[in-house]
Amino acid sequence: MIKGTGDMMSKIILTPKEQPQVPLEVDTILPDTLAGKTIDEIKSMNILYGNTEVELQEFFDVEGESGEDPSELQIEFNGDVYNTKRIGQGMTTGEIVVKGNASMYVGAKMKGGKITVEGDVAGWAGQNMQGGEIVVMGNAGDYLGSAYRGDWRGMSGGKITVHGNAGREIAEYMLGGKIHIIGNVKMLPGIHMNGGILIIDGNVISRTGGEMKGGTIIVNGRIGEFLPGFEYLGVRKDIDVDGEVMQGLFYKFRGDFATKGADGVVYTATAKNAHIVP
Amino acid sequence: MELIKNVPCPFCGTLCDDIICKVENNEIVGTMNACRIGHSKFMHHKDATLYKKPMIRKANGELVEVEIDEAIEKAVEILVNAKRPILYGWSSVSCEADEVGVELAEELKALIDNTATVCHGPSLLAVHDTGYPVCTLGEVKNRADVIIYWACNPMHAHPRHMSRHYFSRGYFRERGRPDRTLIVVDPRESDTAKLADIHLQVEPGKDYELLDAIRAAMKGHKILYENVAGVPRDLIYQAVELLKSAQFGNLFFGMGITQTSAKNRNIDAGICAIEELNEYGGKFTLIPMRGHYNVNGFNHVCTWTTGYPFCVDFATGYPRYNPGETGTNDLLQNKEADAMFVIGADPGAHFPQRALQRMVEIPVIAIEPHRTPTTELADIIIPPAQIGISSEGTAYRMDGVCFTMKKIIDSDLLSDKEILKRMLERVKEIHASESKMESVKEVTSPAK
Ligand code: SF4
Repeated sequence: MIKGTGDMMSKIILTPKEQPQVPLEVDTILPDTLAGKTIDEIKSMNILYGNTEVELQEFFDVEGESGEDPSELQIEFNGDVYNTKRIGQGMTTGEIVVKGNASMYVGAKMKGGKITVEGDVAGWAGQNMQGGEIVVMGNAGDYLGSAYRGDWRGMSGGKITVHGNAGREIAEYMLGGKIHIIGNVKMLPGIHMNGGILIIDGNVISRTGGEMKGGTIIVNGRIGEFLPGFEYLGVRKDIDVDGEVMQGLFYKFRGDFATKGADGVVYTATAKNAHIVP
Repeated sequence: MELIKNVPCPFCGTLCDDIICKVENNEIVGTMNACRIGHSKFMHHKDATLYKKPMIRKANGELVEVEIDEAIEKAVEILVNAKRPILYGWSSVSCEADEVGVELAEELKALIDNTATVCHGPSLLAVHDTGYPVCTLGEVKNRADVIIYWACNPMHAHPRHMSRHYFSRGYFRERGRPDRTLIVVDPRESDTAKLADIHLQVEPGKDYELLDAIRAAMKGHKILYENVAGVPRDLIYQAVELLKSAQFGNLFFGMGITQTSAKNRNIDAGICAIEELNEYGGKFTLIPMRGHYNVNGFNHVCTWTTGYPFCVDFATGYPRYNPGETGTNDLLQNKEADAMFVIGADPGAHFPQRALQRMVEIPVIAIEPHRTPTTELADIIIPPAQIGISSEGTAYRMDGVCFTMKKIIDSDLLSDKEILKRMLERVKEIHASESKMESVKEVTSPAK
């Protein structure tokens, strides 16, 4: 059972009909906007289908009961919505559960509440996230917890947990909050990171913390290749990360001195990373 | 025979503006000053097919010549009925045509994108993050004492680039080449690299590591490893010293760095390096080695009309932008696109297999003077009068300087801009009659 799902919660179940080839966008469908509406009103809410607006009921069967209080409202996408974008974008409260895969921008600009996706999410999940929580049971795409193109202020708060792997440039321009990837990550995690915490339990291909200025990255797996702009500070034991102790031995690096005023920290487990020590 | 002087060449981003065309009986019979690629653009390769009339592909696959009105009507019908149309190309047409194209995209709620999506798109992404310390080619010629060519091979891809801007004499570089130092970064010993004073033979795809080391060394930090990306640490220190002591340096960079491995982050790090090099007494700038003669022009036009340089999605009626989601290749490879309009580009030759598979599945309209891999996939082909040869228009050189492309010979065909304008008018008419029908329906339908 998902934490927070009490009997008190009212629930709207959206069962997807066939997912179209041209994607849907559902940033209008949030606990914030559904609260206080009848099922019939919800059915006729507009979503985007390619370059046209259609009613929600054209692509989803709508059941359940809404309530007045958005924080007590759960929206369940009851099936695979792999071609539906912007689930939970901008939500401030309540809960969304996706019983399958979801497309891009899950929880982008999210301020509060919780999103759980039982399958995979495509790129830009948690983009410019400010608060709340995203849990992905499958894999995440590129730019998880990143910034909007050209923005130098990325994710600033909240927590993202991915139980599978994640793609490229995750935590790009991250300012605050926490991202935890239990699987492996492709290149450039924490690029331009300025704050916050990124924990990767699996392996990273390369370029951990490229151009980072602040924040902390911990890699428990193997870093394929490391950047030459960092400074090696030696081995540390049982490190303190935001008040939590992570046990074991870690190599500590500071950088990335390619950038002016750099003060980012990268810890890597000693077990698999002797090859990146100079 | 007539000699037409000072003609800009409508082929590559160098946009040489000193071509002389020899014209006889409304035909270009020879050129002077052009390189071999430019020359064959003016002269037409003898085996190339130039279309003379619009064509529509019948159900049996055969192309049948039709009148222009019919071709335009059919093309508009396809685009108006599409849910996710793409308008792609825009790099070998004029800025005036690009401008109409953006309006057409807005009217159709389509996606508009140019060839930057497969060449310097990553550079544009980096520019959003870090800025654009650019200069003109004239400044390079007159001032530069250090020139870097990174991951490009102008000796072959932009054949007159080096003779016009590197070997040539400039106001402050009176002897030309002897007054300049050339650094080439390339994994291969290309014909450009053979001319270099310093050749940094970076391992393929490791440009980001090399830039990271260069930037750290510039600021006085020790490079962590003895060898970075296949280049010895000491050679990097040596190159950095040379860069820091330059009076005026310029970085030219090509697709070997924009389209490999870290892509936009390579350029991000490169731009930052150039910006930072301005802190050591000299001046440093950069110019991307753009391919098509007006690829840059579309990015300018698109930016001043929509706010974004490429990959602009009008699905919602207002422009949205996110390469990776709203790129032509993204839409094709995700099988989202349901119609494609191509102008001034050849995606049939340049796109990956998966994108081409989608192009085969959906209707494709090509505004294209020649027979190309794209026209082989097209359902409708409309040949235009060619900009810079048989019609006029504006183009932006790789450094952003604009030129008026000349009309050298006459043509019976409509220009790209005229074709687009006719299409736009027709789309507007259809939309106007649709909204009239809707309002009639609303008035006559019984109240709920
Ligand atoms: S270098 Fe480029 S612009 Fe100059 S003549 Fe050759 S093809 Fe034309």
